[in-house]
Amino acid sequence: MFGFGKKDRADAPAPALGPERRVATKVLPKFLAAVGQRASPVVLDLGPVVGSNVALLGERLGCKFFVEDLYADLYRAAHEDRRGELPATLAVRLTQADASVDGILCWDFFDYLDKASAAALGAQLARVLAPGGVLAGFFSTKPGPEPEFTRFVIEDETTLVHKPYRGVPRRDVAWQNRDVTLLLPGLRVAESFLLLTQTREVLLRKPA
Amino acid sequence: MNIGKSVVIKGELSGSEDLAIEGQVDGRIELRQNVLTIGPNGKIKAEIFAKQVVVLGEVVGNITASEKVEIRDNGSVDGDLTSPRVAIAEGAHFRGSIDMQRGGAVIGGGKPVAEAKPVAEAKPAADPKPAKA
Repeated sequence: MFGFGKKDRADAPAPALGPERRVATKVLPKFLAAVGQRASPVVLDLGPVVGSNVALLGERLGCKFFVEDLYADLYRAAHEDRRGELPATLAVRLTQADASVDGILCWDFFDYLDKASAAALGAQLARVLAPGGVLAGFFSTKPGPEPEFTRFVIEDETTLVHKPYRGVPRRDVAWQNRDVTLLLPGLRVAESFLLLTQTREVLLRKPA
Repeated sequence: MNIGKSVVIKGELSGSEDLAIEGQVDGRIELRQNVLTIGPNGKIKAEIFAKQVVVLGEVVGNITASEKVEIRDNGSVDGDLTSPRVAIAEGAHFRGSIDMQRGGAVIGGGKPVAEAKPVAEAKPAADPKPAKA
């Protein structure tokens, strides 16, 4: 529905909107530990491709890595005034087989979605995640001041570099803890940390 | 060997020497012991098998390399990568999957070694945001 092409790349390099920030992560090492225990793991990344992330995950996990840049889809949909189509798009966007993914990096993508879109995506993430698999995500407790996305660059297992780039505004209302579990049916919150950035960093696990 | 901008090839392309493509290829490319470079003007719609693949142009199709795949700045790949080493520049476009599974390389094998390119520049931790549990 939202085609990709080099001439019209919403994920094309864009000037950074602000300074990058180095932020400690508590969830990433737990994510890596959980996925690393699985044989020939498969990781799904919902953000733009980041070479160093591919490098670290490949080295650390020896995994198969799917890049599905949903931020680019959202950006394109917003700028084509087609956000109303997002729930239907997200319901079929991921082509991975049921229970075929061991780890999902969804970053803060839910912070940009309305309820219907978030529910559609959450159902798909719950579908593709294998029993025992984990999902790592951020859920902000306040709307963003700027229409921007964040490129999350894994510097090492305990540090992320947040690089802002051109995007769309975050949703006005934060997801509550209860909302998060409702959005991802069948997943349980395994770890949750409130960062000083007023963002919850959450690891959810699908019971084996 | 170079394939120039004005050259269009439809079908299978195979060989035993390094190759740089600036033109168009639709089909299949096999250079299993050699380096394939897709130049900035190259437009490839093909399954690619090579020892090393360097992409500066556009590729639509799957790439299998026994040693390494590099997508340079402004390079574009829509397809799946299978290689023990993968380097993707920050300005590159990529959509697909990356298979660096141990023993997953189709040609050759060995332990995967991933490369970051370019990696965020190391900066002092001036503004760390420690988490509170």
